[in-house]
Amino acid sequence: MFEYNFHWRPVFKSLPDLLEAALTTLQVASLAMTAGILLGFILAVSRMRETGLIYWFATTWVELARNTPALFQLFFFGFGLGALGFHLSPYLIVLAGLTFNTAGYLAENFRGGFEAIPSTQLRAARSLGMNPWQAYTRILIPQVMRIVYYPMTNQFVWVVLMSSLGMLVGYRELTGETQFFASKTYRIFEYFAVTAVIYYVMVKVILVLSKFCASRFFRY
Amino acid sequence: MEQTVTVFSGFSAQDLLFLGEAALRTLWISLLSIAIGSFLGGIFGWVLYESKNWGGILVNPVLDIFRSVPLIVQLVLFYNFAPIVGLNLDAFESGLVVLTMYTSALVANVARGGIESVGRSMRIASRSLGMSYWQDMRHVVFPIGTRAIFPSWVGVALGVMKDSALVSVLGYVELVKASQVLITRTQEPLLIILVVGAFYFVLSYPVSRYSAKLERRWSQ
Amino acid sequence: MIKVDGLHKYFDDLHVLRGIDLEVQKGEVLSVIGASGSGKSTLLYCVNGIEQIQEGSVYVDDVDVHAKTTDLNKLRQRLGMVFQQWNSFPHLTAMENVALAPQIVRGLTKEEAKDVAIKQLEHVGLGDKFDVFPNALSGGQQQRLAIARALAMDPQYMLFDEATSALDPELVGEVLDTMRVLAEEGMTMICVTHEMGFARDVSDRVAYFHEGIVEEIGPPDQIFAEPESEHTKKFLAKVR
Repeated sequence: MFEYNFHWRPVFKSLPDLLEAALTTLQVASLAMTAGILLGFILAVSRMRETGLIYWFATTWVELARNTPALFQLFFFGFGLGALGFHLSPYLIVLAGLTFNTAGYLAENFRGGFEAIPSTQLRAARSLGMNPWQAYTRILIPQVMRIVYYPMTNQFVWVVLMSSLGMLVGYRELTGETQFFASKTYRIFEYFAVTAVIYYVMVKVILVLSKFCASRFFRY
Repeated sequence: MEQTVTVFSGFSAQDLLFLGEAALRTLWISLLSIAIGSFLGGIFGWVLYESKNWGGILVNPVLDIFRSVPLIVQLVLFYNFAPIVGLNLDAFESGLVVLTMYTSALVANVARGGIESVGRSMRIASRSLGMSYWQDMRHVVFPIGTRAIFPSWVGVALGVMKDSALVSVLGYVELVKASQVLITRTQEPLLIILVVGAFYFVLSYPVSRYSAKLERRWSQ
Repeated sequence: MIKVDGLHKYFDDLHVLRGIDLEVQKGEVLSVIGASGSGKSTLLYCVNGIEQIQEGSVYVDDVDVHAKTTDLNKLRQRLGMVFQQWNSFPHLTAMENVALAPQIVRGLTKEEAKDVAIKQLEHVGLGDKFDVFPNALSGGQQQRLAIARALAMDPQYMLFDEATSALDPELVGEVLDTMRVLAEEGMTMICVTHEMGFARDVSDRVAYFHEGIVEEIGPPDQIFAEPESEHTKKFLAKVR
């Protein structure tokens, strides 16, 4: 039945390159995640008062990010902006696309986190004489972080997986690199199988690390 | 070449028809994989819930692969794996198989959560009324559980619909692939991208809004 | 001294407080009783500045609570407040719950704040719970924690908003005992309460609220033994 001859040698020979590309993947994903957290937080806060230009801008961002394919978003930052005369490098296309998408999803997570905390917590903090800044940074945000921690972990996994779209805009992260070697050697199955394993291991490591960090961060 | 004034330069009614057909293909492959994948996912979820031992050892790690490897890698891998084992699948069939398994892996988690959410005490109550295991499942767990997971399931389904854009890498001419073809020919990237984005948005946004509204109403 | 003058408060169309006049002297314990919805808790929120008022004035030690120029954060340090839901901060230990505000609001050093926290936790009988997180404390303990937290700000006044209403019956006693100790130490207190025994034994005066006005106010003996108003009589007959 198996008339196909597997050739693993070329894959193992380019394993160092693949692993380096895996680092590129982690790097662009981490950067997009960090930017996504900051922007997502700003978006969530911007949507708290449900009127005004800022609210509408933030809402449009969130809904577009959540209701269109990530691939479309990458294409927009690629072809779309290109048509307007802004030519981004493949790296920037991936970074911008992932950040745009992540910020939109995280904004909703953060909003849910704030809604899950009883309003009486804010009231109690203010009654102790804390100003709004103190009440948010010392009382509310630590509790929100706890609530959104696991959704955020999942989002990071999702960003790592999503960065594989880099292949389609010419960025050589792990999947792009794999595609490059695969098309050079025609060992498509072998290359992508090894890459699948690398992704699987990366995701597992992220989840284990995240659990470990949670046990250090959250004492209650 | 002469500059044209109209934005529709090179973009004809026939192209619109081409996009429309592609949109139908996106819908078709999404609906099929969501339907079959949800059915399978429900069964997997039940297995995960009922038999913690071998469900946890056998089923979960397999489903985990679909959640820990980028969809694009899954697609390329399977498309190139099928001929090795003697299956002659075209782009649509390969895409359908992968999207279906991907859906079922996501739905399995959701479904297990749904069964858990019904709660032991309620099940003991129904069993104490003399219901058999299957009667309990059919008349108590299923209706309550499906309602509990409906919003999450809608999220998964919309996600699959958007992710179906990736079947384009196999050459299946769904919406995103069609848009690339048209962009190459008409050199109207911005217009085409916006039309395609609008299509996804119009499909996804009302559904997600409706589901969020239901969720709010049910949680009261 | 807390002085409330001609206070009116609306929630949109709802006229909750309809002209309240009250004075609470230094060292006095005032209990506020009345049916739910009579505006008792709202009064405390207006004294504390959590709620805006529409008419009248509230003075705390000659500071106009609702004047635009008033620094509410500063004023609130003088007014300790304990809520019906105890609102422990779940991410902080008992010690940190109490020490946080003294440190960041009063500006004490870490060590000073810790000393204050130890003193107040022992004060409310939680001397063995310093490093425990709130979710490991009973409701009664959490409410005492909330009292310690308010006391750590070194307040001149304590406002209790139905501090025992959300507690299981067997836990009410320990919280009331703590409040009793405070009263004996000479703390000035306004207690919105449904505990008639507490109001009778501990208060210097009792105010009966009815539909947003002070229907009757006086020493507990007078209010409980010889109420003048029909409403008061009816209310007391019902709760007894």
